[in-house]
Amino acid sequence: MPSFLFYLFAAITLGFGLNVILARNPVTSALSLAVSFVGLAALFISLDAYFIGIIQILVYTGAVMVLFLFIIMLLDIQKEEAKRANTAAVIGGVVLAVVLTLQVAAVLGVFKEGAVTTEQRALSMEVASKREDVAQVKTIQKDLAAGTLPDAKLMGMTLFEQYGFHLQAIGLLLLVGTVGVVVLSKRESPGKPVV
Amino acid sequence: MITLNHYLFVSGALFALGLAGVVVRRNIIIIFMCLEMMLSAANLALVGFSRFRVTDGLPDYAAHSLVFFTITVAAAEVAVGLAVIVALYRTRQSVEVDTITRMQG
Repeated sequence: MPSFLFYLFAAITLGFGLNVILARNPVTSALSLAVSFVGLAALFISLDAYFIGIIQILVYTGAVMVLFLFIIMLLDIQKEEAKRANTAAVIGGVVLAVVLTLQVAAVLGVFKEGAVTTEQRALSMEVASKREDVAQVKTIQKDLAAGTLPDAKLMGMTLFEQYGFHLQAIGLLLLVGTVGVVVLSKRESPGKPVV
Repeated sequence: MITLNHYLFVSGALFALGLAGVVVRRNIIIIFMCLEMMLSAANLALVGFSRFRVTDGLPDYAAHSLVFFTITVAAAEVAVGLAVIVALYRTRQSVEVDTITRMQG
């Protein structure tokens, strides 16, 4: 990936991320966060994580942010009133963020293992096609022979072969979450106990 | 050239932004959005490390699986969290954290 694209998408991610905290209007914040997540998805794709990038757009920008906008508009939240933000909180937050960023920068400055480019750690479809677990799956083998990275297929293979139980646990979590939302959203009728 | 450190720095900066938002803002929905931002920052670090840990010519898909699970848990968390916020708004008619003081000592 050309360098300028990385800087462009990093700037989109961080710039709109900053706008989330600066905007007074919650709708502006939500839309900025959606754009920030699109930039982040582009960064994922630049790291050859095509599946995760698409999931990021589908789940976060598509579902989560729509849910946020839906709630903001449902509750009809107005802009924060003219009253100024708590000065101590603002100073504390900014100092915390600056210190954390400087700390990350300082650590990365001496992190020699991190000074590698994607070219130095190039993916190799030829080497990958000789792997035992990959050799059993024909579609993956075909993609590797054609020189393309079968990202979603490898993802599926990893999830179902190594993390099958975890996948079911996540499914159960989503079910419990759905039931919880229904219970929480139920309007209590007077004189009747909740649930 | 773009190295792993570039990605890690973006990840750290995004996390710092989210943290600052949680501390500075008082609207509970914005605080919630900043939490999502911090989760995504962690995902970027994971995917970055995965891409640069090439084994047999492929990136480390265990990290991708972890990111997949994180995104799923975050989606469930948003659903439940927003339901809690709606319930809170019903009783308080406000989403400002300053108005929620019942559990203060």
